[in-house]
Amino acid sequence: MLDQTTLIALYTIVRKEISRFTRIWIQTILPPTISMTLYFVIFGNLIGSRIGTMNGISYIDFIAPGIIMMSIINNSYANVVSSFFGAKFQHHIEEMLVAPIPNIVILIGFVSGGLARGFLVGAVVTVVALFFTDLKIHSFPITVAVVFMTATVFSLAGLINAIFARKFDDISIIPTFVLTPLIYLGGVFYSIDMLPEFWQTVSALNPILYMVNAFRYGMLGESDINISSAFLILVLFTVVLFSIALILLNKGTGIKH
Amino acid sequence: MSALEIKNLNKVYPNKFVALKEVELNINKGDFFALLGPNGAGKSTTIGIICGLVNKTSGSVKIFDHDIDIDKRAAKACIGIVPQEINFSQFETPLDIVVNQGGYYGIKRSIALKRAEKYLKQLGLIEKSKEPARNLSGGMKRRLMIARALVHEPKMLILDEPTAGVDVELRRSMWDFLIDINKQGVTIMLTTHYLEEAEMLCKNIAIIDQGSIIENTSMKQLLSNLSKETFVLDLIKPIKVLPGLNGFTAILIDETTIEVEVARDKNINDLFKLFSSHNINVCSMRNKSNRLEKLFLDLLENNQVAK
Repeated sequence: MLDQTTLIALYTIVRKEISRFTRIWIQTILPPTISMTLYFVIFGNLIGSRIGTMNGISYIDFIAPGIIMMSIINNSYANVVSSFFGAKFQHHIEEMLVAPIPNIVILIGFVSGGLARGFLVGAVVTVVALFFTDLKIHSFPITVAVVFMTATVFSLAGLINAIFARKFDDISIIPTFVLTPLIYLGGVFYSIDMLPEFWQTVSALNPILYMVNAFRYGMLGESDINISSAFLILVLFTVVLFSIALILLNKGTGIKH
Repeated sequence: MSALEIKNLNKVYPNKFVALKEVELNINKGDFFALLGPNGAGKSTTIGIICGLVNKTSGSVKIFDHDIDIDKRAAKACIGIVPQEINFSQFETPLDIVVNQGGYYGIKRSIALKRAEKYLKQLGLIEKSKEPARNLSGGMKRRLMIARALVHEPKMLILDEPTAGVDVELRRSMWDFLIDINKQGVTIMLTTHYLEEAEMLCKNIAIIDQGSIIENTSMKQLLSNLSKETFVLDLIKPIKVLPGLNGFTAILIDETTIEVEVARDKNINDLFKLFSSHNINVCSMRNKSNRLEKLFLDLLENNQVAK
C-alpha cells in the first residue's frame, strides 16, 4: 500500500492540512491560547490560590495538565471537523476522491492534520502554563503517548462528525452539547475523589476522564484512575473510531451519491 | 484499445430516481467525443460514475482496460476531470490547487510545480497564480479546473460543460486549447449545451435522454441524417415580391431577407442560378439554426413520442 505514489499523496494532504490551519492562525492558534491563559489566570492564580491543594498538589499544578489536554481535545476535533466539512461544503473533497488515493490515506491525512494542530496548540498552551507554574514531566513517553492517542481519537471523532454533517449547525452540535460537558466533567478542574460515590461511578463512563488523568499521570505522576485502563480505553476508542471512519469513507457516506 | 468502455450501466438513487438505464458507451483512444443531452438526462451521473464520485447500481466501466471495480487506482490515474461546478478551495491559490492535485496523483512536488506553471501559463492564469482563487473571474475558474485536470498528464480528459457561462472569445481560445491537447493524443469526452461547440470539436457523439443512450454515432454520420437545411439569405437590393423559385421552398421575411429550405438532394448552385435569373443579388448566407441543434431536438422529440 505504501508505494511512492501513496506516500506523496499522504504528504500532500498533511501539508495542505497544516498550511490550512497555520494560514488562519488567528482563528485556530490564537483563540485557544487566549482562553487557556484566562483559565490559568482565573482558575489557577486567582481562585486556585484560595482552593489550596488537590490530592496534595497545588491547584494550579493540578489543573495545568487538564487545561493542556482540554486544548488538545478541542483543537484536534475542531481541525478535522471543520476542514473535512469545509472540503465537503465547497466540494473540493472531490479533488481527492477522483485521484487514485486509497481512502485509508485520506483518513490518515486528515487525522494527521488534527494531530498536528492538537500538538501545536498543546505546545503553545504548555508554554503559557510555564508562566504560571513549574511544570515537570514525570514520564515523557506516557505524556507523549497519551497526547498522540487522545488527539487521534478526537481527530477521528471530528472526521466522523464531518462525514455525517449536512450543514454548519451539525458540526457545532457535538462540540457544544457533547464534547464540552464531557471535558468539564472529565476531571479537568477537580479530582473525582471529591464526588459522591454515585457520581464517581457515572464519571467512570466518561472516556475523557481517562485521557485527562492519564496525561496528568504522565506529567505529575498522580492520577484518579488506573493508567492501564486509560491506555486500554484509548486503544479501544482509536480502533473502533478508525474502523467506523474507514467504513464510512469506503461506502462514500456523505461524500458520494 | 478503448479509452472508455461502459456496459449495462445502471444508476438508481436512494430516492428511487432512475438516472441511468442500461447505458452502453464506447470511446476510442484519441477520440474527441461529445455526450449530449438535456438537463437531468444522466450526463453528469455518467461522468460521476466514471471518475468515482457516484456509486453505480450495476454495470461495468473500463478506462483504458482498467475496470473501476477491480483496478480502481489505475483507472483513476488515466483520467482528468473538469466538473460542471467549481470545486476547489476558494482560499487557496491557483498554483497550490494545481500542485496539490498533482500530489494527490503521486506526482513529485518539484515536477508538479513545473507542470502547474506550464499549464497555468498556457491557460492565461500565470499572473493570478499566487492570488486567492476567489479573486478569479468565472472564466478563469473554469480554466483553472482544466489546468488542474491536466497536471498528472492524463490519457483521457473529461469535461462537463467546460464553457458554460464563458464569453465567446474565451470559449474559442478554450476550443483551440482542447483541439491542441487532443492532437497530442489525449482522448477527450465533452458534455455541452452549446451544440455548435460539439459540432465544431467532436468526431463522435452520443445523445442521452432520460438515462438512456438514444444515439451513438460519428458526427459526420449524424449530420448526414439531415433531410433538409434552412438558409437565411441577405439581399443587396430590397425586393417587394418573391419570384417563384422552382424546386425550393422560400419565404420573404422582409424586403432584404429570404429564408430558403434546401432538400439534401438539391444542388444549391441551382438556387443561385434562379436568383441571378430574377436579378436578385445575395450578399450573405447562413444556416437558420445549428444543424446539430436541429437533429438533437428531433431525436429528443422522437424519443418522447416513442415513450
